[in-house]
Amino acid sequence: MMRQSSTLMRTITLWLGLLFQIIPLPSGLDLARPYLLALFLCYWCLEAPEKTGLGTAFFYGLLSDLFSGGLLGEQALRLVILAFLVSRFRARLRFFPLWQQALAVFALLLNDRLIMSLLHWLVNDHGLSWVAWLSPVLGMFLWPWLFVGIDMLRLRAREKN
Amino acid sequence: MVYASSSSKRFSDSAGETLPLLAYLILASALMLTDHSMNLGPQARKQLSVVIEPLWWLASLPSRMWTGVDDELATRQALQDSNERLERELQIVNARMQRMSAINDENQRLRDLLNARRNGSLQVQMVSILDVDLNPYRQRIVLNAGSRQGVKVGQAIMDAGGILGQIIEVTDTKATALLVTDADHAIPVQVARSGFRGIAFGTGEPDSLLISDIPQSADIRKGDLLVTSGMGGRFPAGFPVATIQSLSPNDTGLFMVGKAKPAARLDRGLEVLLVNEIIPSPPTPKPKPVIAPKTTPVTAPETVIEKDRKKTP
Repeated sequence: MMRQSSTLMRTITLWLGLLFQIIPLPSGLDLARPYLLALFLCYWCLEAPEKTGLGTAFFYGLLSDLFSGGLLGEQALRLVILAFLVSRFRARLRFFPLWQQALAVFALLLNDRLIMSLLHWLVNDHGLSWVAWLSPVLGMFLWPWLFVGIDMLRLRAREKN
Repeated sequence: MVYASSSSKRFSDSAGETLPLLAYLILASALMLTDHSMNLGPQARKQLSVVIEPLWWLASLPSRMWTGVDDELATRQALQDSNERLERELQIVNARMQRMSAINDENQRLRDLLNARRNGSLQVQMVSILDVDLNPYRQRIVLNAGSRQGVKVGQAIMDAGGILGQIIEVTDTKATALLVTDADHAIPVQVARSGFRGIAFGTGEPDSLLISDIPQSADIRKGDLLVTSGMGGRFPAGFPVATIQSLSPNDTGLFMVGKAKPAARLDRGLEVLLVNEIIPSPPTPKPKPVIAPKTTPVTAPETVIEKDRKKTP
């Protein structure tokens, strides 16, 4: 029962992440859109590693590519790399204090942006505007709230059961 | 011994993760390559539109709710004001249209004398924009009409200001349009004043177009209006595209590069006009009766407008 509710919550949060990728923001700000999908994926890689792996990352990345009309496979690649890094350093990341974890998440998101700009450069697109680099910073500030928020929701669900 | 076993375990762990990683990376790269070279994305989106469209609908909900609330809260006074303003504007536009239709008839007669075939009227269809943010590195919009409403790939779209772009992807109920400002877009244009022809490329920035390789001798200057030239047959001729903002010599110094500001005014939540195929009008010797503006309601989904709309001096 507990496991089921956790799975449900994982699916819901990841789909929220997908939705957030295409919700209209004021123009100019849309480049700095925090990568919520990556944050949620990061959370579930840390908390439920036996169910969230590279396959999940690939699947949701591909979905996000489909929804946002980008190059098919771009976000899949980025999220797979992110999930791999998180699962690799999971033992350490889990026991970091929250602020240190947020810094690590910032590094992960920054790495993600670097991969993205590399990919854009490869397919001959023009470079990223400076606003795009605000996204990891926003992600870092969002991380503690997301982490504590989902933790509380899960705790409540567990108590109910 | 303990060390050895733990290290071997760690090694096997990482090996167990690295192989799937490589597999997924190769898979993703293969996908990107095929999409880049064979344009897999539009087909995939068409097949999976059942999954994609509900999420698009959900994403556009907040802005639609906001417009709904905004409409509800509009005061009587504000509505009256806007009504008055619109009526005044309609009067002016009607007056202008009467004059325009006279000019158009004259134009038609002259063309008939010259045996020119560039006559006919355009059919346009009003389509609303679905407020969804696609990949922000490309200039695209999603329209709330698809192949069921008769939308086809390659159709031109425009708004009250001028040409906006063209349809690149169509599903059953939605269509994606590439805007003239996208870095992949190019549109054949003509300087309205002098008739000099060129191609306006998108830059990826929402407020500028680039006209490259202009000869030094070309008759083009700052403030010139660029209209569609109709070459290539994709865009109807004579609609405003952009205004020249600056001209500068290119790297070689032999040609000039012009920067232009798009004429279309893309505001979120507005409606755009979708240009259907050009219907050649039958060659009638008698000038066609003018479409009475009063009989065409503003909200009519299909309106016929004359093709040879040119800006009057």
